[in-house]
Amino acid sequence: MTKTFAELGFPGRLIAVEGLDGSGKSTQLYLLKRWLEAQRLKVFFSEWNSSELVKSATSKGKKQALLTPTTFCLIHATDFADRYERHLVPLLRAGYLVLCDRYIFTAFARDIVRGCPPQWVRDIYSFAALPDLTFFFRADLEVSLARILDGRPQLKYFEAGMDLRLSTDPYESFRIFQGRILDQYLAMSEEFGFVLVDANQSIEAQQTVVRSLVAERLDLPSFAHPNLVRYNRAAATR
Amino acid sequence: MSQPPGTAKPMDVRIIVPKRTPHRFYGYGIPGVDVHKLAGRLIVVEGADGSGRSTQIRLLVDWLESCGHSTVQVGLKRSTLVSEELERAQQGNILSRTTLSLFYATDFADQLEHTILPALRAGQMVLADRYIYTLMARDLARGMDERWLQNLYGMALVPDVVFYLHVAPEELVQRAFAKYAALDYWESGMDLGLARDMFDSFLKYQALVAAQFQRLQQLYGFQTIDGQRPVEVVNAELRQRIEALLAGDSTQTG
Repeated sequence: MTKTFAELGFPGRLIAVEGLDGSGKSTQLYLLKRWLEAQRLKVFFSEWNSSELVKSATSKGKKQALLTPTTFCLIHATDFADRYERHLVPLLRAGYLVLCDRYIFTAFARDIVRGCPPQWVRDIYSFAALPDLTFFFRADLEVSLARILDGRPQLKYFEAGMDLRLSTDPYESFRIFQGRILDQYLAMSEEFGFVLVDANQSIEAQQTVVRSLVAERLDLPSFAHPNLVRYNRAAATR
Repeated sequence: MSQPPGTAKPMDVRIIVPKRTPHRFYGYGIPGVDVHKLAGRLIVVEGADGSGRSTQIRLLVDWLESCGHSTVQVGLKRSTLVSEELERAQQGNILSRTTLSLFYATDFADQLEHTILPALRAGQMVLADRYIYTLMARDLARGMDERWLQNLYGMALVPDVVFYLHVAPEELVQRAFAKYAALDYWESGMDLGLARDMFDSFLKYQALVAAQFQRLQQLYGFQTIDGQRPVEVVNAELRQRIEALLAGDSTQTG
């Protein structure tokens, strides 16, 4: 699909964040969520690779290194479809602000780096509408690498891209893998209208950019929870 | 390998070495696979539950092995990766159609890469109890986009031959009752809300799927086999067609 939820006439809006591991995107999305919740808006948060049922298969596949580029792609697409059909679409129909920590672009970047045919991957995800706003957190590769490598000395097999046989050293493999993913992200940035955020800045400076843009692009008061408004009024008059 | 059945003479040591035929994928295929190294044969048997697929495959395995061919069997929902989760998802009936479709595709891909392709590289005969066509027919009956499905299953290898065991829905329902005394939820298409009672739903759903199979036959060229005849008669026909295939008779391939 080449249309956003707004263009498809959904009352809700979807905001996605993308970026490398260690770019700080999850922190930024969390702070955005807190700000929207403080305004008592209808907000829902959804994370990549989190559908309960699919997760058990994914973790088994990862633990036993059973996944190939094709099954890696398909199992993540299954996870995404489950969240898309059961959570995202109904909530967007109900006028929610849906916040996604990673969206289809993560799949496009990773699966293509793993060697899946680009058009095959894109067509698989063609059932999904585009986000109304996509933030891409761009940190210097070395900054992202340092954040991940400092905190967690043990890199997981697929996380480090070890299945690609880029290097026998997990750290070296991770560096090459992340560098290639960054290239893929940047290559599609313009096509999908990513809003680039300089992730080398302070957390507060980044959040200011994010909040101002969300306020500017979306009519936030229209996402207020009607029941909550009524409930609060009732409580006030009691 | 089982006891050689009476079909092969005990003293006969001559074994037909199948002629090599090139393989190809329907679409993009699996990254990094050299199709020229796939020396074995992929034989697919399609058909509804109760069409006699499993019985026919069991007889074909006995026969092929007695003729000196090594066999490997695959089928739907048999992957190491997701078969358990897929079973659980179906029990709970909680997945929507795109999700279920992709879950089955994952199961298929896992078996394709870990069983079918290695067996073909090793020169074995792979017998598939259902293939992508059942998955596509079910999804098409649920209104999914045909081009989307064709792209997805562009990863699949084109089989050497596809047999479709055709049995009328009225006969299928009788066979299901004779075997289980009940109809299966999914085989009755109960998720589609076609009818209030399961019997009507089964007939309607099986007719819908059969109609999709007919369309797919035109696209993919299956060999339709009348599955309402006695087991031995159906098997004799399958063996004859496989013999022709192994001898390199291209008019027999799909």
